[in-house]
Amino acid sequence: MKALKKYLDKIKPNFEEGGKLHWLYSSFDAFETFLFVPNTTSKTGVHIHDARDSKRTMIIVIVALLPALLVGMYNVGLQHYMAVGQDVTLLTKFIYGLIAMLPLIVVSYVVGLGIEFAMAQVKKEEVAEGYLVSGMLIPMIVPIDTPLWMVAVAVAFSVIFAKEVFGGTGYNIFNVALIARAFLFFSYPSKMSGDQVWVRTADTFGMGGGSVIDGYSGATPLGQIATTDVGRFGEFTFQGITGQPLSISDMFFGFIPGSVGEVSTFAILLGALILIVTGVGSWKTMLSVFLGGLVAVLLVNSFAQNAIMEMPVYYHFLLGGFAFGAVFMATDPVTSARTEKGKWIFGFFIGLIAVAIRVFNPGYPEGMMLAILFMNAFAPLIDFYVIDANIKRRARRASVTTVQ
Amino acid sequence: MANRIKIKKGLQIPLLGQSEETLRGRVSSELVRICPEDFHGITPKLAVKVGDTVKAGTALFYDKNQSDMFFASPVSGVVTEVERGEKRRILHIVVQADKSTVYEDYGSKEIAALTAAEVKKSVLDAGIWFLIRQRPYDVVAAPDKQPRDIFVTGFDTAPLAPSYDFVLQGQEADLQTGLDALAKLTAGKVYLSISTKTKNKGLRDANNVVITEFDGPHPAGNVGVQINKLKPVNRGEVVWTLNALDVVIIGRLFNKGIVDLTRTVALTGSEVKQKGYYQMVIGTELKSLFSHNVTEGISLRYISGNPLTGHKIDANGVLRAYDAQVTVIPEGDDVHEAFGWASLSPKRYSAGCTYLTLKKKYRLDARLLGGPRAIIVSNEYDKVFPMDIFPEQLIKAIIAFNIDKMEALGIYEVAPEDFALCEFVDTSKLELQHIVRTGLDMLRKEME
Repeated sequence: MKALKKYLDKIKPNFEEGGKLHWLYSSFDAFETFLFVPNTTSKTGVHIHDARDSKRTMIIVIVALLPALLVGMYNVGLQHYMAVGQDVTLLTKFIYGLIAMLPLIVVSYVVGLGIEFAMAQVKKEEVAEGYLVSGMLIPMIVPIDTPLWMVAVAVAFSVIFAKEVFGGTGYNIFNVALIARAFLFFSYPSKMSGDQVWVRTADTFGMGGGSVIDGYSGATPLGQIATTDVGRFGEFTFQGITGQPLSISDMFFGFIPGSVGEVSTFAILLGALILIVTGVGSWKTMLSVFLGGLVAVLLVNSFAQNAIMEMPVYYHFLLGGFAFGAVFMATDPVTSARTEKGKWIFGFFIGLIAVAIRVFNPGYPEGMMLAILFMNAFAPLIDFYVIDANIKRRARRASVTTVQ
Repeated sequence: MANRIKIKKGLQIPLLGQSEETLRGRVSSELVRICPEDFHGITPKLAVKVGDTVKAGTALFYDKNQSDMFFASPVSGVVTEVERGEKRRILHIVVQADKSTVYEDYGSKEIAALTAAEVKKSVLDAGIWFLIRQRPYDVVAAPDKQPRDIFVTGFDTAPLAPSYDFVLQGQEADLQTGLDALAKLTAGKVYLSISTKTKNKGLRDANNVVITEFDGPHPAGNVGVQINKLKPVNRGEVVWTLNALDVVIIGRLFNKGIVDLTRTVALTGSEVKQKGYYQMVIGTELKSLFSHNVTEGISLRYISGNPLTGHKIDANGVLRAYDAQVTVIPEGDDVHEAFGWASLSPKRYSAGCTYLTLKKKYRLDARLLGGPRAIIVSNEYDKVFPMDIFPEQLIKAIIAFNIDKMEALGIYEVAPEDFALCEFVDTSKLELQHIVRTGLDMLRKEME
């Protein structure tokens, strides 16, 4: 490592002001600080610093995403081989899922980071690490069969118009990953929903070739109950892609059709544990999203008129993007409420609105994305009122003493 | 029985290098340097020229806007140098000290016999008024404004801070006189805040004051936190703040009639071989303390003060005016650490749980450990900011210089030292104390 450091120090003057590669300074700095901790020392203020920085925070979120990613990849393979009726090993299924996901991840990072590096250079600042997390989230929330060019366009749109125009990491109002998803959802609706996109039936890079079995249906469980003719929930059964009934265990561990990140509630909860223990994700936001969902479901259950309204609360938590959104999207500190009291209100309404959209609008069985984007817009308002209470208390204290 | 207040938010940073409670002796240096920039809020105008002879207590300079506020020389001798910086700002005044100090005689006085105006004039004339600071703005107190109350902190919770119990041994009489003098200066009360661990009788049994016990991590010892918990400052009010060590200096003036700016200073830090307490006047050169007493072979950071709020000095630096502690830590600019963001090393310290935290003391250096970013993580400052103020929103209002917002959020109650812990834990590595200091100075110019 010492030799590498020496080499970097030797070529550094080329990238600084006056050097011939000065237009690449931000990129050089990003790679240098990736490899080595910057050893600039403090000039003003405190002399010692906490070891936590933005890079550490983002890496912990990525580590928290890994269980969901790995189980989701395995599930892509599982669903594929069930669809073509072949019996293969666990490892084969996982590798299939891995090579199916890899292009999506690569495109997401290359396009997103490319734009981020360019923008940082234009502003003459260091590259901020915000996209490290968004870049991993986007492939995990889009259908596995999304064409790569669509992912690229959505990432470019989202990074430029939902992040960079506001000033970059720390300044955005809306969750960057969800804006990319929303862009895809509204611009290419036929490719984003329905029952053809959630399971990859074709072969990937030559692996997993075969013909789809009879009786195959790629509809997600939420999609099934949203479009069913069955009137009572008690008479309805969730079905897997081969028509087999889905058990609670399938839904909990993530062996159902759906996007890579959302399927495994078990893996998401592991990630939630990592985020809460390290203090990187707010447990208040996560808990209040579930509480809001619970209240909404109980309300809806009480005057239920069809199967989806009768669906008990634990199905709502196990199916669709509810858990994933609660743990990884709602907790994004920049776009959520920043006061502690505000987080309770913010999360509660996300849960409430997500269930409401799911249950009342059959066109969108997935309400979590829209609920979070909606509350992102209201988070500053929630904070305003929480802070306003503090301001009023101070003003009242001042006027009480002057009256005396 | 004293009121007890528990501080729940805050952080006690476990640093290596606490000083043993032994008094090692007196330190004096041939040259003594006073830096007017230590005194916030005043514009210095020289009262002496190079070549003048001064006694300990003679005025070296005074404030341009308050010509009755003098600043005393800590030693007797000859003024040898006045160094100026850009725009002819006075950087420091150097006095060549006599072997034994000759003191200006201000006459010992009985506090009970004096009026408030006489007490005030005594302190101003003697040149030690700078020991009294004020909120709002955290500057040297303006003597013409009547303070609502005066707050004295009787303990210091900063990392490696000196023990007031140890330092105040034998000085209880001067402490009480100082408190009596302060009681005369305000129509309100003098609040003395002590720790639940304080044992010194001068602090526990002080008269003429309202004693409150505080329990909790740093910044429980910060006077700003104590004010916020006891009786917060409102818009339009002025309160004065001191620490108990400075009250003793005021007491010495009335009891002995002299200006004795001797402090008992703790030499601390992971890079000091023999730590301990030393007596010296403010402005004393510290190189005799450092020679053969600090780690060799690595670059070091010398700090007058504690590692959170102290002033960076070099090896030839002096003890600054308000400090009772000197710290030496590694600089860190020669450390090459790879992949810090993936590190599981037990040498890295973090207040939260993003790194492994062990029950041990840490050797921290002066590195930023990250680059500056926008504010991303929420609730980070609030965890170490026990005042009833929203620190993040206040910082944003200061950066934007939104005066109405700053006032509404409580800018008049805070000082840069209250944000020191926020700056320590900040993931975004912003220079918060500098932001607050600049904001307070700009606001004071606006308002006055």
